Amino acid sequence: MNGRARRGSAESRHLLSDFLRHELGLTGTHVGCEHGVCGACTVLINGEAVRSCLVFAVQCEGAEVTTVEGLAAEDGELHPLQEAFQAAHALQCGFCTPGFLMSLLPFLEERRDSGALTDDEIRDALGGNLCRCTGYQNIVEAVRLAHTKMSGGAGNSAGNSVGTSTGNSAGTCAAEGA
Amino acid sequence: MSTRVFGEPIRRLEDPRLLKGKALFVDDVDFPDLLHVAFVRSSFAHGKIRSVDVDAARARDGVVAVMTAEDLGDYWSPGPLLVPPPPIKDIEFNNRTQVPLAKGKVRHVGEPVAIIVAESRYLAEDARDDVFVDIEPLDPAVDLEASAAADAPKVHDDLASNVAARVRQDKGDYEKAKAAAAHVVSGRFFYDHGASAPMENRGIVARWDDRSDRLTVWDTTQAPIPLRSGLAGLLGLAEAQVRVVAPFIGGGFGPKIMMFYPDEVLIPWLALKLGRPVKWIEDREESFFSTTQERSQIHHAEMAIDEEGRILGVKDHFLHDTGAYAPYGLTVPINSQCTLLGCYRVPAYSSSFEAIYTNLPIVTPFRGAGRQHGVFVMERLLDLAAAKLGIDPVGIRRRNVLTPEEFPHKHGLIYQDFTELEYDSGNYPEALEKAATEIGFATFRSNEQPQMRADGRLVGIGLVTYVEGTGIGPYEGARVTLESDGTVNVATGVGTQGQGHFTSFAQVVAEQLGVEVAKVRVTTGDTDQFHWGTGTFASRGAVVAGNACHAAALEVRRKILDLASQQFEAAVEDLELLDGEVRVKGVPDRAMTLGELAVLANPMRGAVIPGTEPGLESSRYFGPDRGTTASGVHAMIVEVDPATFEVEIKRYVVVHDCGIVINPLILEGQIVGGVAQGIGNAFYEKLAFDEDGQLLNASFMDYLLPTSTDVPKIESHHIETPSPLNPLGVKGAGEAGAIPVGALFAQAIEDALRPLVPDLTIAEIPLSPDRLFELVHGTGSDENSGGGSQ
Amino acid sequence: MKPCSFEYVKAESLEHALAVLVEHGDEAKILAGGQSLVPAMNFRLAQPAVLVDLNGVGALSGIERVDGMVQVGAMTRQRSAERSSVLSAHVPLVTETMPFIAHAQIRNRGTFGGSIAHADPSAELPAISVALSATLQVTSSRGSRSIAASDFYVDLLTTALEADEILVRVDLPIAVPGSGFAFAEVSRRHGDYALVGVAASVQCDASGVCQQARVSLLSVGPGPVLSTSCAAALIGERPTTRTIADAAAATASDDIDPEGDIHASARFRRHLARVLVERTLTRAFARAAVSAGAAEQA
Repeated sequence: MNGRARRGSAESRHLLSDFLRHELGLTGTHVGCEHGVCGACTVLINGEAVRSCLVFAVQCEGAEVTTVEGLAAEDGELHPLQEAFQAAHALQCGFCTPGFLMSLLPFLEERRDSGALTDDEIRDALGGNLCRCTGYQNIVEAVRLAHTKMSGGAGNSAGNSVGTSTGNSAGTCAAEGA
Repeated sequence: MSTRVFGEPIRRLEDPRLLKGKALFVDDVDFPDLLHVAFVRSSFAHGKIRSVDVDAARARDGVVAVMTAEDLGDYWSPGPLLVPPPPIKDIEFNNRTQVPLAKGKVRHVGEPVAIIVAESRYLAEDARDDVFVDIEPLDPAVDLEASAAADAPKVHDDLASNVAARVRQDKGDYEKAKAAAAHVVSGRFFYDHGASAPMENRGIVARWDDRSDRLTVWDTTQAPIPLRSGLAGLLGLAEAQVRVVAPFIGGGFGPKIMMFYPDEVLIPWLALKLGRPVKWIEDREESFFSTTQERSQIHHAEMAIDEEGRILGVKDHFLHDTGAYAPYGLTVPINSQCTLLGCYRVPAYSSSFEAIYTNLPIVTPFRGAGRQHGVFVMERLLDLAAAKLGIDPVGIRRRNVLTPEEFPHKHGLIYQDFTELEYDSGNYPEALEKAATEIGFATFRSNEQPQMRADGRLVGIGLVTYVEGTGIGPYEGARVTLESDGTVNVATGVGTQGQGHFTSFAQVVAEQLGVEVAKVRVTTGDTDQFHWGTGTFASRGAVVAGNACHAAALEVRRKILDLASQQFEAAVEDLELLDGEVRVKGVPDRAMTLGELAVLANPMRGAVIPGTEPGLESSRYFGPDRGTTASGVHAMIVEVDPATFEVEIKRYVVVHDCGIVINPLILEGQIVGGVAQGIGNAFYEKLAFDEDGQLLNASFMDYLLPTSTDVPKIESHHIETPSPLNPLGVKGAGEAGAIPVGALFAQAIEDALRPLVPDLTIAEIPLSPDRLFELVHGTGSDENSGGGSQ
Repeated sequence: MKPCSFEYVKAESLEHALAVLVEHGDEAKILAGGQSLVPAMNFRLAQPAVLVDLNGVGALSGIERVDGMVQVGAMTRQRSAERSSVLSAHVPLVTETMPFIAHAQIRNRGTFGGSIAHADPSAELPAISVALSATLQVTSSRGSRSIAASDFYVDLLTTALEADEILVRVDLPIAVPGSGFAFAEVSRRHGDYALVGVAASVQCDASGVCQQARVSLLSVGPGPVLSTSCAAALIGERPTTRTIADAAAATASDDIDPEGDIHASARFRRHLARVLVERTLTRAFARAAVSAGAAEQA
């Protein structure tokens, strides 16, 4: 689990999404439809993006699973993909976002060395994740930006709808927790 | 550094938590002794409940409680009417609201009949399958026109008919206008709508704590404070004993403002009764029944015009499907009625509607909240008028939009906020011309389209306008507190569902206090943090809560300056707030951090001057006289595949005016996201009920939300006409994007299909390739034609 | 939307899985990629008592060229088939079709054989298995047998598989010189089940005369539908715009029996079938001509 061995127990019927969230406490993986359409619950199993609501937890014994919690660095520094999402305002309610990030990670890794991504390629890569807030436009921008960042600044330049930074902006908002 | 932050495209402060998966959503709330709920729901749209057998469910291992309406005793009662009918003359309103669990009769598919509490959701669902509900089916009222008829099956037996309301509003004398008209155009217009389908379903967790004698409720609500007050009343608790937290919410779009959904009545009650925390998370399948929707209106409308295409008057009568209950009053149909007038000068208007109870899930506002229905009718009438006179869509609109000199413009109707409908400000001609120029309307019509048509391509262009009444009352409040470490705390009563309030409110406050935005910590949706408020609806967050934040920040600014003036023995006019400090202008070493000042404002013993209030803090409220009116123009070029009837949006242009902009990044996100939902509404999303009231597409496989490949790049442009109704000059923007899209699709696709069907009039939304095929080739006959009503 | 309880058996080997099937009969269901089965279980539309998970049986995965065939192990992930250079070189219809199946996240988990054994009438792989004259290798504890794809799909979600049998491999004939192929579908959104889809596999001799025309349609009947009209109208003829259009029209009117639903009426489906048969045949014959030309030059 995100690079560490984790143990937990599950009934055979427990979906991986439920196991991650409620047994391992990894609530960053969100559940939006439980029938494999919305993509909010997407995680990596052995490096491939899959719907965690369509896999039973028992099937993942011994597998390498990566969730959104495994993206940022230990010190909290955002992954370039996460950074790009913030810069491009690619999230609003943020509920679908973990699924987008996990779907995009292998896509961007695979395209790390390819030239500029076309809009069609990007939109096709996003096709398996639903977002109800953004209209996808800024997510497309974020992918382009992340691709540039992840290819070490080569490739194409980012689009123009990128916000200005205000310095240290982490953790300053508040929505009261449990 | 400059501390100018208002109006800047500042990155959102809330994003890192969301991006790391660390933001708290309701389903993330967990306790070791948490109980889980599943509902037993009606599988019939209309029927008499003969019996509910819960014995097997109660006997199942892991089941803690199973309750039916009978088990609720005195606690069972219909929910409150959230919005009473507005003060319109001769209004008729027959109020019926939803019940916690169906008693005697079920009135729509999915209406809850019993509630199961178990050790896990898996077990609760097992027990749900054990329950046997014996229902004697009754003929359902499903089709809107049939349900309005005198002989229709009655949804509420004690009412004379299914008429929930009759409302008539008039302006001028339409019949006189008609008599003087050169032409009258008319039509029957059908506008359907769908499910709001936020990516996060609804949910609620309630926990009673014996030691503190308090109840805490985490709820996906858009209205935490009214929910708190209502729950306290229902449960016999003091308001101070109830804390409602609306943490991060995964989208709302309206239906999460609805209050006292059955689950919201039952879960907190069960937590009290059982002495254990209880959770219910709506699943996607049940969301199609257990969350409110928006649905059909059928309009019969006509427009009287003069020789030049100027509107002389409009007449409209429509039926509005309100579903099985009407807890939200008449907000949706009144929005339709008032918004129909749009950007235009309409000297005479005669409008009436009937809201009709049907055996379908409840209808309450969803992004647009009926406005799109009205816009659709008006824009279609204008297009018919334009066709009659042989002028183009831009031309007819140019002749009829209000000019800047005509503001404020009184329409003489009563709006959803109970005040007279009056537009505060706008520049409709500028927006119209800008949109026409940006889309290249004239050259497309004169050059590109004829060429493409000659190549056999079906391409069309459309341009429509809309207004949106936003930012209505009653009021919101905010408390701004300067803390001793220089942090500024802001608390407000509204909930937030992704609109970026953590950032935009911080910008409003930072602007006045001269601090970095990142120093402002905003709390929304926690009734322990702020006591008063209404909620997030009607595109009002930025307007009403934003201005409350502004007012509180101004007051804190005054307090800072007064205290600093004493400290520095300098006049207030000689002080400035910059970079988190208060300074004497031009004297750099005469400065103090705001944190230091905050410490001084909290006097030690012996240092208090009697009568002073401690702290650099202020709570302020903003209640507007009336709503402010945003507006805009959308234009689009589409291509229809002549063989498969697939539609491709080649270009989409938005020109939007929502007054002064707080954060252009966030605003653009709201507009583009709204358009995407509008596209869903216009071409993909349809709640397909059959004649029995069964929903045929209660899944994301068949209820089609637009994906990244269905929504084009939106080119958006803004103009800023400040609102005179609030100090910030802002107008709401939340719903705008979604409002005109249906009208635009109809116009542009009609234009595209013109070579195939020259006299085609599209008078309905949503469309689909299947429907376009029918419009071109006729309905024909083939065995097994498609399902779905209307 | 939580599945009912079931007994989970992680198959250690094909033999183990077969033994479990014998033991539990109809009660047991095979779990391959689970991308159709698990949603059905979450909706509680499927409530199997025993699930036999084949995901640990490595021998059932892999893509290999053997003689005139490409053999695709039933548990091969759809994503692997999509990326397979063996398939793109020798059975390019598969490569062209794979991106139409749902989305990458589903294909990462969904299996080649699972989709065929599930036999959804709206699924792409059953249709191309018929167009390609695939041979399906099935095994049970009683022994093994081969089933021609055209005999495999019996009715709605029903195949020729017996309760104790497992589909282990799909054998796809490799494309020969002079052959051409095409796949097309119309769906409401990319990745949705098609309103109608068509897979065409044709072959012409050096003179351009059609030797074979296998056109298989999806979403227009209880299973994949092989057009008899196309074969009858085109084999032995030199395809022209006219003959292709006639074959498409005959297919739409005579060969299929589509049903209407909320997304498309039966009549619209017939219309789309005609359009797509025409489009795919035109493309397939063009490719066949290129392929025949290339063979001649070689």
